Amino acid sequence: MQKPQESDPPVAKPKGPIGRFFALPPDSVPKTIFTAVSLCLVASMVVSAAAVSLRPTQEVNKLRDKQINIVQVAGLYDPDADIAESFAAFEPRIVDMETGEFTDAFDVATFDDKVAAEDPALSTRLDDDPASIGRRADYRTVYLLRDDNGDLDKVILPVHGYGLWSTMYGFIALEEDANEIFGLQFYEHGETPGLGAEITNPRWVSLWNGKKLNDVNGDLQITVAKTPSPAGEDYYVNALSGATLTSNGVNNLVRFWVSDAGFGPFLDRIKAGEV
Amino acid sequence: MPQTRREMLLDPMVDNNPITLQVLGICSALAVTSSMQVAFVMCLAVTVVTGFSSMFISMIRNHIPGSIRIIVQMVIIASLVIMVDQVLKAYAYEISKTLSVFVGLIITNCIVMGRAEAFAMKNPPVASFIDGVGNGLGYSLILMMVAFVRELFGSGSLFGITVLHPVNDGGWYVPNGLLLLPPSAFFIIGLIIWAFRSWKPAQVEEREFEIQALGAH
Repeated sequence: MQKPQESDPPVAKPKGPIGRFFALPPDSVPKTIFTAVSLCLVASMVVSAAAVSLRPTQEVNKLRDKQINIVQVAGLYDPDADIAESFAAFEPRIVDMETGEFTDAFDVATFDDKVAAEDPALSTRLDDDPASIGRRADYRTVYLLRDDNGDLDKVILPVHGYGLWSTMYGFIALEEDANEIFGLQFYEHGETPGLGAEITNPRWVSLWNGKKLNDVNGDLQITVAKTPSPAGEDYYVNALSGATLTSNGVNNLVRFWVSDAGFGPFLDRIKAGEV
Repeated sequence: MPQTRREMLLDPMVDNNPITLQVLGICSALAVTSSMQVAFVMCLAVTVVTGFSSMFISMIRNHIPGSIRIIVQMVIIASLVIMVDQVLKAYAYEISKTLSVFVGLIITNCIVMGRAEAFAMKNPPVASFIDGVGNGLGYSLILMMVAFVRELFGSGSLFGITVLHPVNDGGWYVPNGLLLLPPSAFFIIGLIIWAFRSWKPAQVEEREFEIQALGAH
């Protein structure tokens, strides 16, 4: 198929079995198999070397990104400060979702929420699944922020749910009464830029500050909607215009994660002053 | 066919641009041009991949069996793309989050395959490398033009720096939401192709058939 070129090595008389092999035309069966195998070997070695050598840096990035989001949602973010130092103020604990109790069955430092959520042994299939997440992990990491007296100041809960295109991952920060919202922030999503992706717009995010989950009777009232909720201003966040399905997704996921199927038992324990 | 290396590098900018003349690589041009910063990293990634994949393919071109040549090219391109993806995740994490799947999709970018098959299989490594980089830059030129229009009028900013103060943040500019959606890139690329072909009429393709009025019955 190819014409020999001037840059090709001069053809010497093939010597021995190896020499004869290399003298075969590229299109012959042994040479084809040899090229395919050796190319795959080289390529896989290069790729795995890159993946393995860069993994520590990537892990650091991921962890840092998550920590920045936790610190941000609690309103403590300072771009000049060392993120690990700011994050040290938080106390990560793993919560048993059924009972709301803390568990020490896993090591907080190595527990991976996303892996646990997909592990059938560590998660429950949801029949009623408004947030479209399929399975809910039985154990989740929450972050506690305490004041100088050791009393609970804020609690940061991980939340996720489906929007229009993607699963949106975020954190919701609640005040010590486990009812008033301090902030809601998404750190991973694939919603439409300029429309659904406005869920990360600081202006919209700030709407959540001071809203309440439950009314005085303890009924879940918080909604994201286009028209004000009959329950009142305190329980209503204005939906994003042009992003109805993303807004509905946020509404569903917030309501799901604070309900009894979500962090309800844990929030009840906070309200009872047990945390 | 360009003769000198300089021509090889500059020819794909206007005269033989992979997007406007060959109309290749449109899919990623739609997806990553809503902000200039993201488009810039994508351009860099594509240029690196086209350049090096052409070079490596050219280095072993005399040993590639014709029957599996496309697979051989794909393996080399895919390995390079994975490397680029890993490097971005390690050193430009924020941007790699925005680019997400599109870095992986460089593998299917027609420009990379096109240069491998059309040029690198028949030319020596250095020339192939220059040709690959040239085509990557040609792609980059169009991408940056599209991203400039989309980010300026869609978000009122350039490289993330606010130029036109949008109403969402209390300013006066009402951003054009259409420009943030992928279809808007079609319009812009269409206009760029029109402009290029009006400037260089040699690029206008000959009609394959002529529409004629039917004779009166």
